[in-house]
Amino acid sequence: MQELLHQVLAGLATGGIYASLALALVMIYQATHLVNFAQGEMAMFATYLAWSLINAGMPYWPAFLLTVVLAFVLGVVIERVIIRPVENAPVLAVVVVFIALLVILNSVTGWIYSYTIKSFPSPFPAEPIFGQYVTSHQGGAIGVTLVVLLLLFLFFRYTPLGLAMRAAAQNPDSARLVGIRVGWMLALGWGLAAAVGGVAGMMVAPIVFLDPNMMGGVLLYAFAAALVGGIDNPAGAVFGGFLVGVLENLLGAFVIGNELKLAVALVLIIGVLVVKPSGFFGKVLVTRV
Amino acid sequence: MIVVALVLLAACMLPFVVSNYRTFQFTLALVYAIALLGLNMLTGYNGQISLGHGAFYAIGAYTAAILMDQYGVPYWATIPAAAVVCLIAGFLFGLPALRLEGLYLALATFALAVSLPALLKYHHLEQWTGGVQGIVLLKPDAPFGLPLNPDQWLYFFTLAITVLMFVLAWNILRGRMGHAMVAIRDQHIAAEAMGIHTAMVKSMTFGISAMYTGIAGALGAIAIQFVAPDSFNIFVSIMLLVGVVIGGLASISGAIYGALFIQFVPNIADAISKAAPWAIFGIFLLGFVYVMPMGIAGAVRMAVARLTRKAQNQAAKP
Repeated sequence: MQELLHQVLAGLATGGIYASLALALVMIYQATHLVNFAQGEMAMFATYLAWSLINAGMPYWPAFLLTVVLAFVLGVVIERVIIRPVENAPVLAVVVVFIALLVILNSVTGWIYSYTIKSFPSPFPAEPIFGQYVTSHQGGAIGVTLVVLLLLFLFFRYTPLGLAMRAAAQNPDSARLVGIRVGWMLALGWGLAAAVGGVAGMMVAPIVFLDPNMMGGVLLYAFAAALVGGIDNPAGAVFGGFLVGVLENLLGAFVIGNELKLAVALVLIIGVLVVKPSGFFGKVLVTRV
Repeated sequence: MIVVALVLLAACMLPFVVSNYRTFQFTLALVYAIALLGLNMLTGYNGQISLGHGAFYAIGAYTAAILMDQYGVPYWATIPAAAVVCLIAGFLFGLPALRLEGLYLALATFALAVSLPALLKYHHLEQWTGGVQGIVLLKPDAPFGLPLNPDQWLYFFTLAITVLMFVLAWNILRGRMGHAMVAIRDQHIAAEAMGIHTAMVKSMTFGISAMYTGIAGALGAIAIQFVAPDSFNIFVSIMLLVGVVIGGLASISGAIYGALFIQFVPNIADAISKAAPWAIFGIFLLGFVYVMPMGIAGAVRMAVARLTRKAQNQAAKP
């Protein structure tokens, strides 16, 4: 029983990280109907920036905030420079551009920082403060995730800019007619997604260690989470993230063993896509032929 | 026709003028050409995006390696076995993939490619797959006392299969099946209205495409003499995508250009840094999507068309 509880809590901790990254995916999907294959590498790159800042002697939390800002700028720049020219291109071209982005970020990071694994500090104390079931990093990661989610919710729900961004995503033509600069809203969306992804990267790095390929598995779980919750539903993505985290941990610990954990994501992704493509909370999409 | 004959002649001369190591590299280029041709049928001609063909490459490689290592099957007999296994695997994966379009198929295949190395490491399969260590193979010698060293023989063996596969692809693509593939890519509703069995053609295309890639995987395993889970990570799939895009979508000759690109550009770039090949791949990908979406094959076609038109104009003038 204790073991079960422990696994569930650990699952919730990683689930929060998946939820953040899934949320980043959903934000970009809502705005552009594209799934960003480079989301994980963007997060990885941001985490390396944080590592540089901390190693340069900056205390953790200022470095954390500065990284979030830098990731935001990086996201905006990527949208403006790289994604913009293929906005209306066929799906294949867009997928290829995302893959190119993934490859470039991955190799540039490897070039600058080398491929050796680095450890990444956790801002939370080493001794457990939440009782014996959960390490304080796990607890802290859940806390950070919830704060990020709350901030995003408040931003989109209660600020004029958030409203404008939602409008631009929902109905670009009408939004443009009432004077919203849709292009910039998309860029802001990318920036926010990159920032959220950066937070996820910094939270997962103390667990999986820092290396240029660290986000491959995490991205896969985030895909699964976003799909389970419904790829166009932010709240669904969060739910999906926690669900996938717990499921992955429980199955890994008790049923199939740790080696096949990634296969859980594969089965979930294909299963959801084939059986119920809209996920638990997504809109059912009807296309007119 | 003359061009094809000249290229073939040059390909036959090649191992006698370059070093053994270069011969080995050209063997790999041929292997990639087969894989790219398979992926190009699926993505270029049929419009289904796959980011996971590395998985079928791996399945082909492992089929060949396990048959040779565990059951003592001769190397040449593993090729048809890998073909059959991958045909079935591709067809089966193609069935659920039928319901997925564009982006979602890319997502599903991406997931397949990312999770495959973990499956290959699975400890219950270790007695066949060799787990993390993988399987080491022996290089075959030239049969019938031919005066060739193993590298040269393997090159000719691969070349023969490549030619066979290209002829087969050429026949498939200009026949009923090929037209059905293109019709589905361009207008799937109209294609269905014309009486094309969309589901069947799409799954078959997936199967054939996987079969090509699997054959390439088997040949690659024999040439490299080693398979291990970590050599079949997501970057193999991405490399195949790079080859298809840069060689030229929906073009048979594009497979050759793409294969030469992904085989030899990293060699040159390696001199700069370990990360440089991939940075260059990425930049080339972006560049091709923006300015040359038809790839090298498209550029060659355009150049040839322009040159012949010029020649005709000049002939007509005086």
